[in-house]
Amino acid sequence: MSSVGVKPAPAIPTVHLHPSHGWTSLRLKEVWEYRELLYFLTWRDVKVRYKQTFFGVAWAVLQPVLTMLVFTIFFGGLARVGSDGLPYPLFSYAGLLPWTFFAQGLSQSSNSLVGSANLIKKVFFPRLVVPLSSVLGGLVDFLVAFIVLIGLMAYYGIWPSFEVVSLPFFLLLATAAGLGVGLWLSALNVEYRDFRYVVPFLIQIWLFATPVIYPASRVHEKLRSMGLPVWLYGLNPMVGVVQGFRWALFGRASFLSGADLAASAGASVLLLISGAFFFRRMERTFADIV
Amino acid sequence: MESLGKRFRIGAQRKTYKTLRESLVGAAGVPWRFARRLGSRASDQTEDYFWALKDVCFEVRTGEVVGMIGRNGAGKSTLLKILSRITEPTEGSGEMHGRVGSLLEVGTGFHGELTGRENVYLNGAILGMKRVDIARKFDAIVAFSEVEKFIDTPVKHYSSGMYLRLAFAVAAHLDPEILIVDEVLAVGDASFQKKCLNKMQEVGQEGRTVLFVSHNMAAITRLCERAILLDGGRVLNDGSATDVVSGYLKAGLGTTAAREWPEGKRPHKDIVALCAVRVRNDQGAIAESIDIRRPVLLEMEYETWIPDYVLMPYFALSVDEGVVAFTSNDVDPEWRGRPRPVGRYVSTVRIPGNYLAEGTMFVTAGLTTMNPDQKQFLQRDVVAFQVVDSLDGNSARGDFAKQMPGVVRPLLTWTTEFDDS
Repeated sequence: MSSVGVKPAPAIPTVHLHPSHGWTSLRLKEVWEYRELLYFLTWRDVKVRYKQTFFGVAWAVLQPVLTMLVFTIFFGGLARVGSDGLPYPLFSYAGLLPWTFFAQGLSQSSNSLVGSANLIKKVFFPRLVVPLSSVLGGLVDFLVAFIVLIGLMAYYGIWPSFEVVSLPFFLLLATAAGLGVGLWLSALNVEYRDFRYVVPFLIQIWLFATPVIYPASRVHEKLRSMGLPVWLYGLNPMVGVVQGFRWALFGRASFLSGADLAASAGASVLLLISGAFFFRRMERTFADIV
Repeated sequence: MESLGKRFRIGAQRKTYKTLRESLVGAAGVPWRFARRLGSRASDQTEDYFWALKDVCFEVRTGEVVGMIGRNGAGKSTLLKILSRITEPTEGSGEMHGRVGSLLEVGTGFHGELTGRENVYLNGAILGMKRVDIARKFDAIVAFSEVEKFIDTPVKHYSSGMYLRLAFAVAAHLDPEILIVDEVLAVGDASFQKKCLNKMQEVGQEGRTVLFVSHNMAAITRLCERAILLDGGRVLNDGSATDVVSGYLKAGLGTTAAREWPEGKRPHKDIVALCAVRVRNDQGAIAESIDIRRPVLLEMEYETWIPDYVLMPYFALSVDEGVVAFTSNDVDPEWRGRPRPVGRYVSTVRIPGNYLAEGTMFVTAGLTTMNPDQKQFLQRDVVAFQVVDSLDGNSARGDFAKQMPGVVRPLLTWTTEFDDS
């Protein structure tokens, strides 16, 4: 039975089933093959979130705006934490924007696997898609809130210069950080449901560790006065993101520490890669214990 | 020169499942267990584990339609999950050649807030279809489901029938090389079940490989050439569907007409446990074969340990085509609506002679507590018996000797008027 002159049949995939142990490969190619599912899950999350609400997507704006107002009154006005020479509302809002994206990504992704338990128990697809879609869903909210930022900048008459092209990079960094932590949390939450209660608390504390309310320059002063290396602060990946965000928007007017940025980028990448491998390692147990 | 096979071979394949105690104690006990492991042999650790499947080996060729049967807890769903790559085997290996489409549940991922149209795309994507495929088949899917008028309303407004039809319609258009179906026929009304069966038959005839898990013995014998019997996680039997099914039915007591459960293994929920189901002829003996003209008695023996519940036992009889002929609830005035004391009961229903159709009758036994209605047990096709017509003239067939269709065959009164003007 010669195969000369016969057109080869379309490739039939072969699947091998076997137990896996320890650390396994990320199989990112498979995630790419399921990109349509990723799109649909993200789209579903966003659509469902706002479907029966009255304000709809406006909630994506109301949250950072209201928070900014509260911060302005208490931290900008009463406590006078300072704002690098920028008007405080603009200063805090510019920080709140990437922060809200990160925080929302965290809280959504940490419970994403448990929330999609029925899918995970009945259908095969690379599970990485689930927390990934949670984090990406926040992008829609981010873009809507960004429009308000443009409005604010117009109001104060402050316009960005060429640094603004780096904005997507900082957004990417925020995504990486959010996804990295999200992968760790979502995987851990499947086995230890405690994490569901840890996350809101974690986000609150994390907010204070990030220069959203106050400028990073003050932290640096303090660190230097204590004789500690400045990049310690940058180990919090959101430190680099928020600083970078403000720098991209407001240029020289905003403080940006190279050490912080390097530390943040390094921490983000580390979190992402370790999170992905940890997730893949735990993945084989998800369908059984979720 | 590998033949294009949908070959599937698993070596020793198992799945372990930790007990809750192990999980809870695990984290705290790590140093202790480590010390214990240093001292003792590893063998005493197996008592904490439960093997859902063990040493399962089989091979399925392209185009075969294989049924998988077994009692509840035999490991069928676990095996399907491994084949669908939802969970991993703990040991062993397998190979599958071809894309796999799994139908373990109908309507997975359906979200009430989204419209029917949106759910079709979502569900299709979840099942692994590409968006272009879904778009191409969209009209066919909607036509199959018969919900055209409502395709743009949110699914939460659908009736359960519409919901099921739409969900199954998406899954029915999957087109994988290997189709795995898990008891999806257990839900839905008779016409829906018929549609599912027909579609699966179509798929099998198209030359695809189908693996079908069900408790519906009649459907298995109708659709599948081959069947695999799983019990306690192991393969007990593998061969022609009719052989394996009758072997399974006989496995209870060497007879298909009676089934008993020993203490500790009785099907139950909170209030009632089923002890035995038996088929008796009108002499009172357990009978596998019943004369069509004579009554047959179906007996259910059960016990309750919590007093003051109203219980309602019922039987359902199914015929070869996978159709339920009828269901009968216990309406005996003695116990109807009356709370029952603790104890063991035997409820018997008497089916009159010249009522049932010829052929194999599969008996399903169930019981609910009333107000609130809670199912205590439901054993499908738990016993079976043959209804035989001796053709000597006084059954409902009269003098007609050929095939008579029908799920019942009552002997009814006929009158004729004759006008010879």
